[in-house]
Amino acid sequence: MTTPVKNPETRVKRPDEPFFKRLTRQQLFIPVAALALLVLFNLIADPSFFAVSVKENSLGNPVLSGNIISVLDNASELVILAIGMTLVTASSGGQDISVGATMAIAGSVILRLVCGGQVTADTMQMNLVLAVIIGIAVTALFGAFNGTLVAYFKIQPMVATLIMYTAGRSIAAWINNNQLPIINDLTFKYAGTFLPGIPIPTPIFITALVILVFWLVLKFTTLGLYTQAVGINANSSRLNGLDPKLIKLLTYVILGVCVAVAGFIRVSRSGSINYSRIAENIEMDAILAVALGGNALSGGKFNIYGSILGAYVIQFLTTTLYKYEVPSTALPAYKAVVVILLVVLSAPVVREKLAGMKKAPAKAAKEVS
Amino acid sequence: MKMKKVLSLALAAAMALSLAACGNGDKTPTDASKSNTSGGSSVTSQQPSDPSTGGDLITVGVINNDPNESGYRTANDKAMRDMFTEANGYKATFYNNNDAAQQIAEAQQMVQNEVDFLLLSPASTTGWDTVLKDAQAAGTQVILFDRMLEANESMYVAAVVSDMPAEGKTAVDWLAAQGLDEYNIIHIQGHMGSDAQLGRTGALDEKVNAEANWNYVAQQTADWNEETAKTIVQTVIDSKKPFNVIYAENNGMARGAAAALDAAGITHGKDGDVIIMGFDSDKWAFEEVLAGRWNYMGLCNPLQAETVDQIIKDLKAGKEPSQKITYTPEQGFDCETLTQADVDKYGT
Repeated sequence: MTTPVKNPETRVKRPDEPFFKRLTRQQLFIPVAALALLVLFNLIADPSFFAVSVKENSLGNPVLSGNIISVLDNASELVILAIGMTLVTASSGGQDISVGATMAIAGSVILRLVCGGQVTADTMQMNLVLAVIIGIAVTALFGAFNGTLVAYFKIQPMVATLIMYTAGRSIAAWINNNQLPIINDLTFKYAGTFLPGIPIPTPIFITALVILVFWLVLKFTTLGLYTQAVGINANSSRLNGLDPKLIKLLTYVILGVCVAVAGFIRVSRSGSINYSRIAENIEMDAILAVALGGNALSGGKFNIYGSILGAYVIQFLTTTLYKYEVPSTALPAYKAVVVILLVVLSAPVVREKLAGMKKAPAKAAKEVS
Repeated sequence: MKMKKVLSLALAAAMALSLAACGNGDKTPTDASKSNTSGGSSVTSQQPSDPSTGGDLITVGVINNDPNESGYRTANDKAMRDMFTEANGYKATFYNNNDAAQQIAEAQQMVQNEVDFLLLSPASTTGWDTVLKDAQAAGTQVILFDRMLEANESMYVAAVVSDMPAEGKTAVDWLAAQGLDEYNIIHIQGHMGSDAQLGRTGALDEKVNAEANWNYVAQQTADWNEETAKTIVQTVIDSKKPFNVIYAENNGMARGAAAALDAAGITHGKDGDVIIMGFDSDKWAFEEVLAGRWNYMGLCNPLQAETVDQIIKDLKAGKEPSQKITYTPEQGFDCETLTQADVDKYGT
């Protein structure tokens, strides 16, 4: 761990570097270091972890296979959720704990539509794009519900979203009359598996597309700036002509859209759904991704790329633990140990100590919290 | 500022607690939804429309697992709900939860409400002593359905259950009959400690320990979860360890495993490289076996409601059940012998 000591030095050497850039550098340090550590561990323990080979899947398509592909593929839902969660965190200073449950709703809606109400359907009964758009609309509505409670009724986000957290899976089951629908149409599974002739799992493309969209939105619109302003001080942003309530609401709606995309990927992996098990505990991983990305959970300044990296770190860790045959019931405990380490390392107090008690960086770190 | 944050957090926690507390206290006999951290759990009850006839109805408390847990459970829960209705002479309260601690708490409550019969499908086999004693003291008769628990036989009047160890043994015997040179098994377990997991794991464990050419490539619990099962198999594939059998303790997990094989282009089922085995009674799983994509499915019959109903009626007429434990008829089906008629008959 020499880099944190090095960081303030570079900062001192280059005082003309813009403040925000320095912060970004510092913020991304933790997820990058964690990723590097995991890569290093796997390289030493078993370099074959990184082997990628081309295989032919059961449909005769050549597909890439290997741990790295699995990590990128399986992290997709988490990455997409983490992006939305970052915005919500930044604007409202709280987290949405209902994302797993609303993913179940999105999946249920989409399956109900493509199955046309049947329990098993061999062909899609509705245009897939239309079904997904309706799914997005539904979860955006649930996002708006959460957002309204948070922004207009000023309920603590965790409590406001507790409602959907508890009710969501029952609603998902109710949408399909408590049946477990199954779609056998192969084209439905394209989004969750492979497109014919393309060796890379489709979720990776979807995730890349989502990241691209958010990059463009944050670059060319004022969404990022406004979200940040509202999160830092809602009152002063109101005095500057922003509507903090509307912006908070908007971030929850955006998260709702992310949830639908993630839910769609999840159900199209298997073409079915299990309401109480689908995306279980994913909300905690999504929040963790935001925290790992160096974002303050109390809101304000944010960096979605940190959260994205954080999400990949979590998936990388999970896959590594599975590889070493850690029993899946013990997995959360191992994760917890790593999380404690990372969170303690990224705590401003520890960083100050590591940085050799330099005054300037300490101040910067404090502002983040 | 800091103080405010702490205060708001404390308030939030208090609100969350009080919400949970409301959920627990709010046990009205009308359709009420009860929430807790584990998700899908609910209490619903059917109130007699005419209170004067209420005396004639047999009151039963039904404790079951979460119907969304698996297709098996969905069928099981539905059969119970269809049977114990007012039309059939019952006033029933239903409770669904996969958490044994929550089940025990609710069972305690039902005993206090002095139900005539407590119908129980325990999420785990231990921890029920107090409830059973209280039930005995209160004159509530306990009937186990679907799953056993660890207690003296005198503590319940009857049990209508699946014979899980026999299911496991049938499956392992079938697997042994396939005559492979070497058995490299990925064993995906159900919820640890559940009757189904113990029975299905026990038979396989015994065989693997006894035979030199039977090995575990991986033995992990996926907690009945399809996604976790897929991840487990995917990881084994990525680590390039050879395997030729997937023994999944329910159909959902077998499907997750099959999806991982499909993605990696590993053939399975009839004439495939990997044998896939599942359990329970889902129609879609029967169809997988029928189509030859899976090799074996151990039938676990979810429809015990009728037998339970018969036992209650007998007891009311003063007739003791002929046997303490009634096993639902079960068998294994493989892709060579399964017929469409079987699928229609047993699929749920």
